[in-house]
Amino acid sequence: MSAPALPSPFRTCVFTGRRIHKDAEALVKANAVVAVVALLIGAIAALLLVLTRWQAVHLLPADWYYRILGVHGMNMLIFFIIYFEMAVLWFASTALLNARPAAPRLGWVSFGLMSVGALIVEWMQWSGKADVLFTSYPPLKAHPLFYLGIILFAVGALIMVGQFFATLVIAKREKTYEGSLPLVVYGAVTAAIIAVITLLHGAMIYIPTFLWSIGVIESVDPQIYRMIWWGLGHSSQQINVAAMVAVWYMLAALTVGGVVLNEKVSRSAFVLYVLFISMASAHHLLVDPGFGPAWKIVNTSYFMYMAVLASMIHGFTVPAGMELGMRLRGYTQGLFGWLRRAPWGDPGFSGMVFSVVVFGFVGGITGVTIGTEQINIIAHNTMRIPGHFHATVVSGTAMAFMAATYYLIPLVFRRKVAFWAAARWQPYLFALGMLLLSMGMTFAGSFGVPRRHWDISFSQAPFSVQFDPAVDLVLAVMGIGGIMAVTGALIFIAIAVKSVFFGEPLGEVVRGVAVAGIPQGLTHPPVHAANVDEINERLHRESSRWTGPTPGTMALVAVFLVAFVVYYFTNWKLLSVLWKVG
Amino acid sequence: MLTKVHTGLDAVPGVWWKPAHRAEKMWVAIAFAWCMVLFAMMPLWHWRGGQNPSGIRRKVEPRAFYARTVEFTKQYQVGEDRGFPIVQPPAGSDVYLTALTYQWYPILQLVQGEKYRLHISALDVNHGFSLYPLNVNFQIIPGYDYALEVTPTASGDFRIICNEFCGIGHHTMVGRVIVLDQRGERVSDNSNARLTNAPGGTTGAQP
Repeated sequence: MSAPALPSPFRTCVFTGRRIHKDAEALVKANAVVAVVALLIGAIAALLLVLTRWQAVHLLPADWYYRILGVHGMNMLIFFIIYFEMAVLWFASTALLNARPAAPRLGWVSFGLMSVGALIVEWMQWSGKADVLFTSYPPLKAHPLFYLGIILFAVGALIMVGQFFATLVIAKREKTYEGSLPLVVYGAVTAAIIAVITLLHGAMIYIPTFLWSIGVIESVDPQIYRMIWWGLGHSSQQINVAAMVAVWYMLAALTVGGVVLNEKVSRSAFVLYVLFISMASAHHLLVDPGFGPAWKIVNTSYFMYMAVLASMIHGFTVPAGMELGMRLRGYTQGLFGWLRRAPWGDPGFSGMVFSVVVFGFVGGITGVTIGTEQINIIAHNTMRIPGHFHATVVSGTAMAFMAATYYLIPLVFRRKVAFWAAARWQPYLFALGMLLLSMGMTFAGSFGVPRRHWDISFSQAPFSVQFDPAVDLVLAVMGIGGIMAVTGALIFIAIAVKSVFFGEPLGEVVRGVAVAGIPQGLTHPPVHAANVDEINERLHRESSRWTGPTPGTMALVAVFLVAFVVYYFTNWKLLSVLWKVG
Repeated sequence: MLTKVHTGLDAVPGVWWKPAHRAEKMWVAIAFAWCMVLFAMMPLWHWRGGQNPSGIRRKVEPRAFYARTVEFTKQYQVGEDRGFPIVQPPAGSDVYLTALTYQWYPILQLVQGEKYRLHISALDVNHGFSLYPLNVNFQIIPGYDYALEVTPTASGDFRIICNEFCGIGHHTMVGRVIVLDQRGERVSDNSNARLTNAPGGTTGAQP
């Protein structure tokens, strides 16, 4: 006898046929929506900041510049990114595994904790009680509630990450999938492990700092603070890297049928992230007085650059997987036929490609270079630093998350993407704007322009400083790029909000029939032929011994390596002409 | 032996630990070799290069460091500019510079080609030492004495910009370093702190 029929907690996805749990889906939705709200606040702050740093405009007064800078950092680097990552974790552990979520009610408790924490932080920052910027280095002191808000947010996030692991255990035990985890979920697992490391660092530093702010302990050593805080500050960006790479693999599969070249290689690269990437926080302490050269070299190289190796591996396997996926579907013409024939009008595809390219070529190369112990002398706290991390976190991670959203709207929210014409070119506008912004900042920093600085005309300083006239030009490039990027971000927000809250329901979806508002990866799924394994054998057999079945990607990574080598040694050359310091 | 074709969204049944294609292995090997180059450059520069952030580092009581700076200033003061003492210490000596909201104290007058041990620390909060226009940057932390062996290889009139947020007046915090040429004379008309040519030096650290 069957039990009385309860309403099923699952629905079946119209595109993929997967089982989607409704509670999990609600948590994905809530986290994604709050992420977009944080993005909106951060984007408006970004516009005000870029119009202040563009010295020719110089919009905000000094106190509001520093205040908004703190708001921008918190909303973008913490709230937007982490809420979105929580959505990714829920999605990966349930939808991709056909599984039910662990303790969905607890999920709402942790979501509530995070949100209360975030609201307290916003309140403190906007009311001027926490003018200590994002990093809040003591002895600069904020209102105790500021630190408490961050602690609440971190605790909530930590519980949610715990639920992600619990969901994986349930899925394994209930055998909702066969064999090993899909690579995308595997990547999400590494992101979650790094998140635990990160959030524990946050607790380790913010709890004493909170106690100091209410007078329970006398002082917090500013150097120790910097060391542990960056275990939060930089490691949180490594959650982004792992989550972003997972999203790359996901979008590669959805948009062009990108395949996994070799599970061993890709998974080993993710393991390298877990083992070594946390050491990267030492980047921030390269020209600090508290540490010696041996400590700096071992840590900054993330122990011999093993995490850089991991990124260089993914930088190959993701495009190579797309190339092979396209070739398997018959796009075999020449070196780059697969790229020419790719769906450039699909924002999920174009956004993902821009994310890979700008993250690698601009963010990656500049980051490794300025994160070198000695080269950091000509980069530390100049605008080269925000120039670098806007290329990684924004052009890389945020761009990838935007691209993913174009697929999540129909898949999770079951709506058509609104303003479809705008959505198709939004990635182009955003990526180009961010590229100009990053380049402008990087070059301004090379001239010595400091980051986090209200007035580089130094009108109230005792001694005059006159920057090279070229600085005006690169700051204008930064300003124009920033306006373009913010416009792109606002268009994205408008699309997301309209689609989610007022969007047109999907209706009936017929394979092979293009519909405005549904990415082509869903209407025309890039499925492989039944005899794909044979084709694969043949492509491998007929390929060159040196370039393999993906010659186009080999050419692209060769260009990347040359750019890397040239940029890296140019910086050593610039360093070598300075005063002798040791 | 290839794995069954699949995407990153598919669970992988069976054993996925399979040998990679030769081309993929080659890229991993090249990337690994490059990482070793990146790694080797840092110890190599300590050995052969002239610019390292090592220094002699010790903990110090911030007020004691400031008192030492004031004492040093009295000992070697040679002039004054806008209320700031100009201090010319003998070549090879210990030089003290304190960062405090919102000034760099005192003005240093050094001689090109001579070596100094420059002690920098902060009295109150974190500050950022940024020597303009050379673009030489160090983090200055209260309670830590950062003593760097410095040899100015170019003469000129330099600025120290604070590039770590230190409070609402952060952007007004500019200091001055004068480097006399090898004859011990000031280099005239160099108010923008642009560099003159010097052995081993060029005209600034511009990209």
